[in-house]
Order: sequence, then structure tokens, then C-alpha cells
Amino acid sequence: MLSRTADHLYWLARYMERAETTARLLEVGARTALLPAPSGGYRNEWEAVLQSKGTLDQFKEKYGETNQRNIETWLFFDAENPSSVLSCINAARENARVVRTALTVPVWDAINTGYQELRQLQRVERSKLMTSELTEWTLRTCHLVSGCQSATQLRNDGYAFMGIGTSLERADNTARLIDVKYYVLLPSLSYVGSGLDQTQWALLLQSMTAQRAFNWSYSGEITAQKIAHLLILNRKFPRSLMSCVKWTCDHLDDIAQNYSTGTQAQEMAHQLLEDLSRATVDDIFDEGLHEFLARFLARNAGLANTVQDVYLRGIPA
Amino acid sequence: MSANQAQIFNEMMNGGDVRAAYANLEKWYRSMPPELRNLRQSEAEALFRRIGITFAVYGEGEDPERLIPFDMFPRVMTAEEWRKLDKGIRQRAAALNAFLCDVYGRREIIRAGRIPEHLVTNNEAYEKAAIGFMPPRGVFSHIVGVDLVRTGPDQFYVLEDNCRTPSGVSYMLQNREIMMRMYPQLFMENRIAPVDGYANALKSTLASVAPKKCMSEPNIVILTPGQFNSAYYEHSFLADLMGVELVEGQDLFVEGDFVWMKTTEGPKKVDVIYRRIDDSFLDPLCFRPDSMLGVPGLMNVYRSGGVTICSAPGAGVADDKAIYTYVPEMIRFYLGEEPVLENVPTWQCAKTDDCKYVLENLHELVVKEVHGSGGYGMLVGPKADKSSIEAFAHKIRSNPENYIAQPTLALSAVPTFVEEGIAPRHVDLRPYCLVGEKIELVPGGLTRVALTEGSLVVNSSQGGGVKDTWVLAE
Repeated sequence: MLSRTADHLYWLARYMERAETTARLLEVGARTALLPAPSGGYRNEWEAVLQSKGTLDQFKEKYGETNQRNIETWLFFDAENPSSVLSCINAARENARVVRTALTVPVWDAINTGYQELRQLQRVERSKLMTSELTEWTLRTCHLVSGCQSATQLRNDGYAFMGIGTSLERADNTARLIDVKYYVLLPSLSYVGSGLDQTQWALLLQSMTAQRAFNWSYSGEITAQKIAHLLILNRKFPRSLMSCVKWTCDHLDDIAQNYSTGTQAQEMAHQLLEDLSRATVDDIFDEGLHEFLARFLARNAGLANTVQDVYLRGIPA
Repeated sequence: MSANQAQIFNEMMNGGDVRAAYANLEKWYRSMPPELRNLRQSEAEALFRRIGITFAVYGEGEDPERLIPFDMFPRVMTAEEWRKLDKGIRQRAAALNAFLCDVYGRREIIRAGRIPEHLVTNNEAYEKAAIGFMPPRGVFSHIVGVDLVRTGPDQFYVLEDNCRTPSGVSYMLQNREIMMRMYPQLFMENRIAPVDGYANALKSTLASVAPKKCMSEPNIVILTPGQFNSAYYEHSFLADLMGVELVEGQDLFVEGDFVWMKTTEGPKKVDVIYRRIDDSFLDPLCFRPDSMLGVPGLMNVYRSGGVTICSAPGAGVADDKAIYTYVPEMIRFYLGEEPVLENVPTWQCAKTDDCKYVLENLHELVVKEVHGSGGYGMLVGPKADKSSIEAFAHKIRSNPENYIAQPTLALSAVPTFVEEGIAPRHVDLRPYCLVGEKIELVPGGLTRVALTEGSLVVNSSQGGGVKDTWVLAE
């Protein structure tokens, strides 16, 4: 297929996944803000949320104060924030529009309808919108698109490039979400085991719709090790780094089979998968969770660059 | 419009009687409750928006994606009426291509004194880079859109020819598709010639002009300026129907003797380019150096027979409004036939006598810019007030070569849905003629309708709509 077509499909998938993550972050932040802080008043985790998106400085410059309304606007509606839900959905729809004929009608419909509904939401008075409505709407829209994708798209190379976009983006997002909260998973800190800590962990799980998954997968009390295992190494959990990398590998293998030839991208992906397979939670904590995540993010990004170079830029091999 | 209602040819009504071709439609209209029509209308619009059949208008604020108003009252032509148009359009398409081969070759029509040389060689659309090159099968213009208007039962005029990249064919196809979905019973009651063979015919036309160097199944692509072009929907629609890639300039590159497209599996050779961008943007090395839309080196490959460009660079000289006057002459000269379809009588302001007549009769003429399009930059005399007529006269005097004038034609009218029911509105017609190994023409075309009462301007950019156009089967 045309490299540019593959590129648009890949980015369409990445932007939809990114919109979902932004909505999840917004939800976690809003929930956290309802909790009392040890120092009195309420907890404020918004700065950490913005930091994970790398947009804290930009936000402060524009809004100054980190209050909920401002954050909500910034994360959901602000077109100047490249990872706001609005920016992501607009970008996804723009990519989809260009390659509309490579999408099935239901997939295009789901994206286009989401885009139209968002324009309606923009016109609603902000005070009439609850944060949970916005986040739920976003998750529903994203799930509709991915559902239509899996139910109706032809399993050709275009499908694989969308899948790679989703899995690379999701791996990146999961790693960042863990990283925002990495300190609550550190076993050495003194407040570990306190009630507050339990709440923080629960929030982290909640941000990835993983509470039930956790309960099904692990018995006994909630520990940092178990959470880290679920989010990083568990092959059954669909947002774990392991699952994401496995999918990237599968899609790249499909492409290699389709084209009867592999590239450097397959090698890199399988190397990453192998390294993850050999890792244990203890190794990860020994290395340092933050350091491990930083290394993972760099390798995942390197893989994304290679995919772009060998498939999406149309540079002769 | 100064012509009174009695002079306007109503395609459905003959005095108080309904013409036979419209009999079923008229019954259909009478038996339809208005609520049902409104429901179908809004369903159709939702469908257009959902499928994304929109055109883009930028710079006016609001949503840039607009719908072309779709009027659900079809326009009907009998098989006999169509036969004449079919013959005339094919004849015209053949003559226009013969003319193009000639003016870039031996220039016999000029040497024979039938067309003044300066009209051709000084024409902006006359492409120096095309001189001496004969494209495959001698075809320059592969898709000829002939704009027709009707003024009486047997009277059709050609308003203009479009030899470059006429647009609108996607509306012809979609209008039919939507009508068949909304009112299937109409298609059972009337035997209507299908138009959906167009995409296949276009594909085989393009394949038939593949370069000689192409040894296998030709790789055809559509070259679009990109998603922000107002006709992007049409480009992607046609690519989809034909099953070919829709490419932008950035997807193509020249290496060796060929043009290649960048794919996820590496470069793939391109044999035929159906381009929807203007000549001047095709190749920054040959034409506009600032063009980001084209492919550097494309013209070299083209001239050495490595790729076919449709329509061929330079085809535009045949549809220029100054050349238009000479098309009947071309038909006689190249085909030895009498024209089946008439031109609208045209005064060329470049000629002193014509110019004098035009200036004296501005109030009843339509004046157009020679190179203009889209209904812009024109004067509709009978509709204009005194001061704008004077202003226009000044423009003509200062640059007479730039203008032609035609009588205000009493364009035929077709029933069209309005708030109170139906009312006659003026229409034109653009059939799309395909020229390759053979000449093909699907029965029908795009009918554009001026939705405002009395208006003669059918352009979508100025409040025009479209209709499904039926040719009844024999």
C-alpha cells in the first residue's frame, strides 16, 4: 500500500489511543481531587498529571492557576494542547478523512460521528458538563472506533499498521501512567502500607480500568509488586507493556508474512519482547522502576521510528 | 431575466399537459405526502454528510465542509433526445482531440487559415513543453465535459467544453445512488438507463492509453492536490471505485526513465496518472518552481514515453473560451462532418465590430472572461443595474481581448422542490465523455439547477444545486 496511506492509518490509531489516555488521566486527576490531603484541604495531583503529558509549562503559561476547570478545559477542549481530547480526535479524524477509502464505513462513521458530537459538546456551557460525562464520552467513542475496527476491517497490511499505531501508543501511555505514580509503588518509602497508599494504588488501577483484572489475577493483599507485575509483565492484561509489545510483534510478523520479507523493525520488536519476557518484578525494582520505565520508553520510541523509516516514509530499503 | 415565462421551455409541461417522459414522475409527486418528502430529503442529506459527499469552502468561517443542495425531483430525457446529444458530444470530443494533436503537431488548421494563429500560440493554456509530442493513441483530453443548455424541444446549445479535468462526475453517480435508495419504486415504474458503468469505463479508458513501454497490467493512479482541495471527495471516490491509489505529489518520485510511487513495500512503477491538478503545478522543474503539489522531473519522463498524463499537459488550449467559437469549424475541418450540436452565438470583444456591438447591447448580453470559470467575473446584463453595467463596460474597453459575450439564453426549466411544492427552475447539463481506445459516454450527466427563482447561475459556488438525470431506456 501507499506509504502515506499506511502513515495516516498508523497516526489515526495513535491519536485515538492518545485521546483515551488523556481522558483516563483527567478522570484520575478529578478523582484524586476529591480525596482529603494529609496536610489539610484536598489533594492536588494535577501537576503530576500534566507532567506525564509533558505539557505542564505550556499550561502554566496559558492559565496560571491549576484549578479543576482550567485543567479540564486544557485536557479536554483546548486546541493549543496537542494531546487534548479535542486535538487528538480532530487529528484522528483528519487522518481518517484523507484515507477514508482504506477504512470501512462503520469505522469512518464512528470517527466522524465522534468528531461531530465533540463539536456539539464544545457548544454546551462548561458548567453544565460533568467531568465524568466528558471522560465517559471519550472512552465510549474510542471503544466504538476500535470495536468497529476489529469487527469490520479487512485483515490486510492497513489493519496491521493501525494495530501497530495502537500498540506502540498504548505501551507509551501505560509506561507514562505508571511513571506518574512510580513513587507510590516504591516499597522503601515510609508511608507504604498506609491507607492513603492503598487509595493511590487503587487509583492507578482505576486509570487503566484494571481493578477487576487485578482481583481476578492476584490473590491476597494489594502490593506494589503485584501492581507492577500486572501493568508491566502480565500477558493477560491488555494494557500491560508485555501485551502491547506482543501485539506490535504480531502485527509486524503479519506484515513480514504479507510482504514475504522482514525488516529491522521485526528484529527490534522481538528483541524487546524477549527482554521483557526474561524480566522479573524484582529485577525491575532492583534497577529502579523509574529507570526501567525511562529505558522502556526510549526503546519503544526507537521501534516507532524504525517502523516509520522502513514502512511509512517510502524510503527505498 | 428579461425573457418572459412564456418563452422559457419547461421540460415537464407542454402548456397545461404533462409531457410523456414525465408522466410517471408527475403522478409520483402528486401522490407523495409532503411529510414523506421532507423525511426523505433529510435522510438524503444525512446520508451525504455521513458518506462525506461534501465540498470545501475555506475562508468564510463556519464549517468548511458544505453539502451541495440535492434536489430530489429528477430531470428526464427521452432516448431519442439523448441519441442526438450522444452523437453530438462524441463528435465534439473527437474533434477537440484532433485539434490538440494538430496544434501541437503540424498545425494544419492554422496553415489552412481556419483559426487565427495568435489565438492558439499566444494562449496561456498553449503549452510549449507539449509541442512535437504525440501522446498514446493521439488523445490529449481523456475526459471531456461538455456543458449544455436547452432552450426548446429540439434546441440544445453547447455553452463550453472542459478538456482539462472536469469535475462533478461523483455527483452524477451519487445522485443516482441516493435516488435509488430513497425511491426504489420510481426505478421500477420507469426504465432508466444506468450510469454506474462510468468507473469501469474510466478505468479501461485510462488503461488503454498506457505508454508503449508498459509491458504488464498498467498501474493507474489519481493525482490529487490533497485533502484541502474542494473536490478531494471526488478524487477519493473515483480512486475507490476504480480500485486505484489516490496519490499526492509527495508520494511520487522520478528515477531513471520512470515515475515511481512510495509504498510500504518499496517503490512501485506508475504507468498512467489521472491528474486532478493544473498543468502549471505538475512539475516544478518544468513549470512553476514553487509548486509543492507536483513531481520534479515528471515532464521529462512524460516526454520520453515513460508515463501517460491524463489529460495531457496542454489540453486546456482546446477549451478556452476564445477557441470555443471555432469548434464547429474544427468538426468540419477534421471530421468532414456538420456539427450535430450548435454553439451559442458568441461575440469576441477582441474583434472591433463585435466589441462595438457588445458595448451597445450590454443590458441584454452575458459577458464572460475568456479564461474565467466557476461563474465568477461575469456580467449578466438583464440582471445588472446601470452602475455595474457601466463599470463592466469600462473593464471591457480597457482589455477587450479578455472578454466574450453571448445572448442571454432562455434556459430550460425543470420542476424543482420548493417550500410550496414544485416550481420550475433553470438547469444546465454536463455529460462526461471518455476518450481512449474508443469513445464512451454513459447516458446522463450532471444536471445543475439554479435554486433561486429566476436565477440563471447554476454554479455550486453560487447557490446552485444538483439533480439526478434520467435517460429513459428505449
